[in-house]
Amino acid sequence: MHELPQQLANGLILGAMYGLIAIGYTMVYGIVQLINFAHGEIFMVGGFGALTVYTALPSSLGLITAIPLMILGGVLVSVLVAVAAERFAYRPLRTAPRLAPLITAIGLSIALQQLVWMGYPDAKKDVPFPRFEGDALTILGAHIQRGDLFVLIAAPLCMIALGFFVNKTRTGRGMQATSQDPDTAKLMGINTDRIIVMAFAIGAAFAAVAAVAYGLKNGQIGFRMGFIMGLKAFTAAVLGGIGNIYGAMLGGVVLGVAESLATGYISEIPGMELFGGGGWKDVWAFALLIIVLLVRPQGLLGERVADRA
Amino acid sequence: MRQRLLALTAALAAGALTLTACGSRDEGAKGGDSGGDVKVVIGLDAPLSGDLSALGLGMKNSADLAAKIANKKKFVEGVTFEVQPLDDQAQPGVGAQNAQKFISDKTVVGVVGPLNSSVSQQMQKPFNDAGLTQVSPANTGTELTQGDGWKTGNSVRPFKTFFRTATTDEVQGAFAAEYLYKEAGLKKAYLIDDQKTYGAGLAASFKANYTKLGGKIVGSDHINPDDRDFNAVVTKIKKTGADALYYGGEYPAAAPLSQALKDSGQDIPLMGGDGIYSGEYPKLNKKAEGDLATSVGEPVEKLDSAKEFLANYEAEGYEDAYEAYGGLTYDATWAIIEAVKLAVEGNDGKLPDDSRKAVLDAMSKIKFDGVTGPISFDEFGDTTNKTMTAYKVKSGAWAAEFSGAPELD
Repeated sequence: MHELPQQLANGLILGAMYGLIAIGYTMVYGIVQLINFAHGEIFMVGGFGALTVYTALPSSLGLITAIPLMILGGVLVSVLVAVAAERFAYRPLRTAPRLAPLITAIGLSIALQQLVWMGYPDAKKDVPFPRFEGDALTILGAHIQRGDLFVLIAAPLCMIALGFFVNKTRTGRGMQATSQDPDTAKLMGINTDRIIVMAFAIGAAFAAVAAVAYGLKNGQIGFRMGFIMGLKAFTAAVLGGIGNIYGAMLGGVVLGVAESLATGYISEIPGMELFGGGGWKDVWAFALLIIVLLVRPQGLLGERVADRA
Repeated sequence: MRQRLLALTAALAAGALTLTACGSRDEGAKGGDSGGDVKVVIGLDAPLSGDLSALGLGMKNSADLAAKIANKKKFVEGVTFEVQPLDDQAQPGVGAQNAQKFISDKTVVGVVGPLNSSVSQQMQKPFNDAGLTQVSPANTGTELTQGDGWKTGNSVRPFKTFFRTATTDEVQGAFAAEYLYKEAGLKKAYLIDDQKTYGAGLAASFKANYTKLGGKIVGSDHINPDDRDFNAVVTKIKKTGADALYYGGEYPAAAPLSQALKDSGQDIPLMGGDGIYSGEYPKLNKKAEGDLATSVGEPVEKLDSAKEFLANYEAEGYEDAYEAYGGLTYDATWAIIEAVKLAVEGNDGKLPDDSRKAVLDAMSKIKFDGVTGPISFDEFGDTTNKTMTAYKVKSGAWAAEFSGAPELD
């Protein structure tokens, strides 16, 4: 059991990344009831945006000074793509049946993957991403890579900023109002179109931060990375209660830790040797999701929502 | 209203799917070149899109290069070669459709590919029924040429049209085990595979040979090849006291796996097969130093034929690198070209009417020096070249360590 702190740390780091991406699913869903399946690709293009900035910078600049600029570049690309997707792909379908934007999202996701595959130099395979040099730090008995500190710092900061924005600013309250009842919010003078664009943009910005964290952690990014990460983040959003921003982060962390512990320990239970390890971790993570949804259909922190008319 | 729209969408989607399925089968035979040379088409099936596209595009370019060189040298008098590439997206179903396409095009005399063993399993039978020669540069599953009985020493060739320039898992696993146990002196290994046909087969073969030599497998696990986070898996390796990690799978997942291993403070090498012997591996993995891989044939820089291939590839200016299977694909394509030459020579300098049968008959007779060494096929359609080379990452690039043929019983 002495590697427990390590496995918890592994799960926490992975989960914080899931959580950051999950924010995008949950915010968009909370406001327009759309599952934006292209969000995984928004995350992916953010990674490529950040990498482009890094390659453009002089190499004399250290990675640590380059990171703010990389985040800026990634956020810029992600937000642009997300806002354009909202404007040209989702807005024309706002009054269409729900299935139409859902399928559009899947199509958009494939289109974005192929665009990067075709257009970005060398992106037909995974491309290297800069990493921090130096040995791991030991914190509370767990090895933490220097690059992983980034997500451990960035995720809580992002959550605090988002919480402040949603609860304390005018636009944030407008957002809450729109999510409760878009028609009435419009009657009260809230520009709901702007609010929807904001939701997409914030989600995209968080996804870009997650993409930088992903690159720093794994030392590589690829045009397909959005698929698995997006799927996991969507799961995290549902687990935490879709529509609730804190739920998204909590869901992410729970999912990450569950995967980590399933990999580490299930195979050590006598009789379970065949069902443990890395190949089965997703099965256990989804089993957890099903159990949570059976007991709390609205997710961990979800509010009970009446079905929309 | 909603129901109607839904039904309409579903009907449209179903219609579109059916149409594409039909469309791919409708394409009839293209007429051969009437004036001068006879056009002979060599089909190429590989994943040209998706995450294995880097390998697939390298295969496509290498096959194309072989055809171009043969045409330039006028290697077969009166015959012009052309390569027709089809994308299988690494999916067995698409591969089966491509096989039908090649079969219905009467100018196709042989097919090179595919990359994935699972795709090959869908292509072998239709090719066999049509008598169309298939040479895979990458499939390593032993059962593809020797049937399911090979483990019990009861090898039977299931398809007479299937050949390969790649080696089998059996040869590769045996060589890897011998190298790791005897040459490198590492006697405790942890085993991981990616649960795919290639990875699991290689890992199983390594395990059998390693334990036979006296090595100990101290633990094993599986990973999902799409994952990039392996911290939880490598944390488990630590307490087993393994001297090395053997991984059955391909480089996209092997690179972050090895990186996570070194990150966790374990200074042991990751060893893999030809799936990780790619120039991308040390690029993606900043801590690859000391990692090991096995690959078919002598190292490229030792053979003159390989140097020529490298120079020609460079001269053609292909956008994508030839990658791990470039040399083997060139050899596979060249094997078909050699077979066409034999067929033409045996028919008074003209391409025989039943060219597919003539090519297939000639396959067992060919013998030439390829990019990866001497090429000829044994009674199962396997390459007779059993020489393997172990490579080690040294200052950020693969360097040849040791060549030899494994002792098989």
